[in-house]
Amino acid sequence: MSVDQTQRSIRCLVAKVGLDGHDRGAHVIARAFRDAGFEVIYSGLHKAPDEIVQAAVQEDVDVIGISILSGAHNTLIPKVIDGLKEYDAFDDTLVLVGGVIPDEDKEDLKQMGVAEVFGPGTKMEETIEFVRENVPER
Amino acid sequence: MTVDDETLVDELLGGKQRALARTITTIENREPGYRDLVSALYEHTGNAEVIGITGSPGAGKSTLVDKLTNTYRDRGETVGVIAVDPSSPYTGGAVLGDRIRMASNVGDMEVFFRSMSARGNLGGISTATADAVKALDAFGKDKIIVETVGAGQNEIDIVRTADTVAVLVPPDSGDEVQTLKAGILEIGDVFVVNKSDLPGADRTVQELKEMIQLRGDTGVSGGHHGPDHHALGDADAAGGTDAGTASAVSEAAAADGEAGNWTPSIVETVATDGTGIDELIDTFAAHREYMEASGRLDEKARTRTAEEIRLLLREDASGLLERELDRHGGIEALVEAVHAGETDPYAIADEVVDPIEECLSDRQDDPA
Ligand code: B12
Ligand SMILES: Nc1nc2c(ncn2[C@@H]2O[C@H](COP(=O)(O)OP(=O)(O)OP(=O)(O)O)[C@@H](O)[C@H]2O)c(=O)[nH]1
Ligand SMILES: [Mg+2]
Repeated sequence: MSVDQTQRSIRCLVAKVGLDGHDRGAHVIARAFRDAGFEVIYSGLHKAPDEIVQAAVQEDVDVIGISILSGAHNTLIPKVIDGLKEYDAFDDTLVLVGGVIPDEDKEDLKQMGVAEVFGPGTKMEETIEFVRENVPER
Repeated sequence: MTVDDETLVDELLGGKQRALARTITTIENREPGYRDLVSALYEHTGNAEVIGITGSPGAGKSTLVDKLTNTYRDRGETVGVIAVDPSSPYTGGAVLGDRIRMASNVGDMEVFFRSMSARGNLGGISTATADAVKALDAFGKDKIIVETVGAGQNEIDIVRTADTVAVLVPPDSGDEVQTLKAGILEIGDVFVVNKSDLPGADRTVQELKEMIQLRGDTGVSGGHHGPDHHALGDADAAGGTDAGTASAVSEAAAADGEAGNWTPSIVETVATDGTGIDELIDTFAAHREYMEASGRLDEKARTRTAEEIRLLLREDASGLLERELDRHGGIEALVEAVHAGETDPYAIADEVVDPIEECLSDRQDDPA
């Protein structure tokens, strides 16, 4: 098959973990990603880290964007990242976090393997640009 | 096949989730080498039962798939699901929302769920779905369910990859039952009146029955012998919780299968609470038995293989022709020549194909 028939599309999982019920941001992001031409799978609310990992692995997403406004990011994000590693999916998946994350936690998250943190008010174009530029080569 | 692809195949056959996921991506993207991958998996396929679920938007397909999956899991079977959303092919972007309904099965890694979009390539999606089914089959899934919204030819092609096709018809969709006639009705082996907790379910069942009868009588497809009678009998009782009815059908289908045709069954379900799921599963099993006993399963598989070979050849041939076109200066230059009055499309077609034809006519030997 010739290369020009390849039909690649950036696939993203927009995920809500834990008891956090704030889903406006996740919806906004999901729609913006769709409009940017990405394929978006939205996890729905109240997912356990395992479920997010399962979805990311099976859907073979390029990007996993976790939306957390509950303050539980320091316990939940490591679980997701460990899960991705367990299934050999961490290395070529871009992990983003959005929502309400105090500045002092951002560096720790990045140490863990989060590529970038997007807080309230981040311009959508900026986020999309970041994804386009950092989506892993496969 | 590249070393990477070989590893991928080995890992998939060894049960690695990531490898299965990546294989489906390769298939979906039609990445170089995807055909070699499918080719390598081919000998490991043929063991799964494939069920297609279609119906109008919001009919409850995903909710039903979730409950079916859960029930199959309770019975100790592994399940693969492919949810195809062909609806937003133009921008390229899509929100694939079927996965969110798989609430009963989250965290169960024995369930492999994959969402697919059409990516603007309407023709290709049914092929990609069929190939993704092969990947799940080779991976060892016992049951594979394909969900797609039922609208046009494209969706019909998608569910054609299934051995058993269920069409969901929500209650009180009177007009809809009429429009079903166009295409969808012909492909339904089982009609599921989902949301039968809502008013109008009885009427919808009745309308479907009439429609199926009509189809049998006019001989469009199916006959009115053998299991037909029993299948309709099942429809009468399907609303009840009596699970015995469906197995009665299955015996009838098995007994009469050789001679008769399958007349679509009607089953009522409430996907949200699981009512009717056991009967639906028994009906799927009955259809499967009928397909096996009557030889239809084999027949269908052969037809599919023939189509597959033809399709691949068409792809290859059109690839060759594109290259020939380029050798002749490319389509744009040729169009220009036609419009300048220098030549015409027929002459060009001859010119492009002639050398190929020549090569072929030189080859009298057997291809073996
Ligand atoms: C609206 C709101 C609610 C609504 C939520 C409605 C809904 N369905 O979403 C309601 C009233 C239900 C609510 C309830 C609660 N809330 Co409230 N809520 C807010 C509020 C005011 C705005 C959130 C919002 O919708 N913003 C609009 C969206 C578009 O912005 P966003 O989510 O931040 O998303 C943007 C970015 O963060 C980023 N982003 C977000 N997700 C993602 C994902 C990816 C992948 C990317 C790339 C980017 C990204 O992009 C988005 C666009 O720029 C915030 C305060 C604030 N200003 O943030 C508090 C806030 C989040 N809530 C808070 C609290 C405490 C609660 C409650 C516990 C209150 C209570 N005591 O009952 C409950 C808990 C509910 C629950 N079950 O989780 C706190 C959280 C504190 C913390 N994290 O430590 C906040 C911060 C208020 C505060 N300052 O105290 N809340
Ligand atoms: N009352 C009732 N609601 C149902 C039933 N089954 C599904 N629903 C609801 O119908 C809505 C749509 O269900 P889905 O399963 O997403 O339907 P779908 O056919 O997969 O939808 P699309 O994939 O978007 O075409 C949801 O709100 C379900 O809860 C049912 O049997 N009864
Ligand atoms: Mg659905």
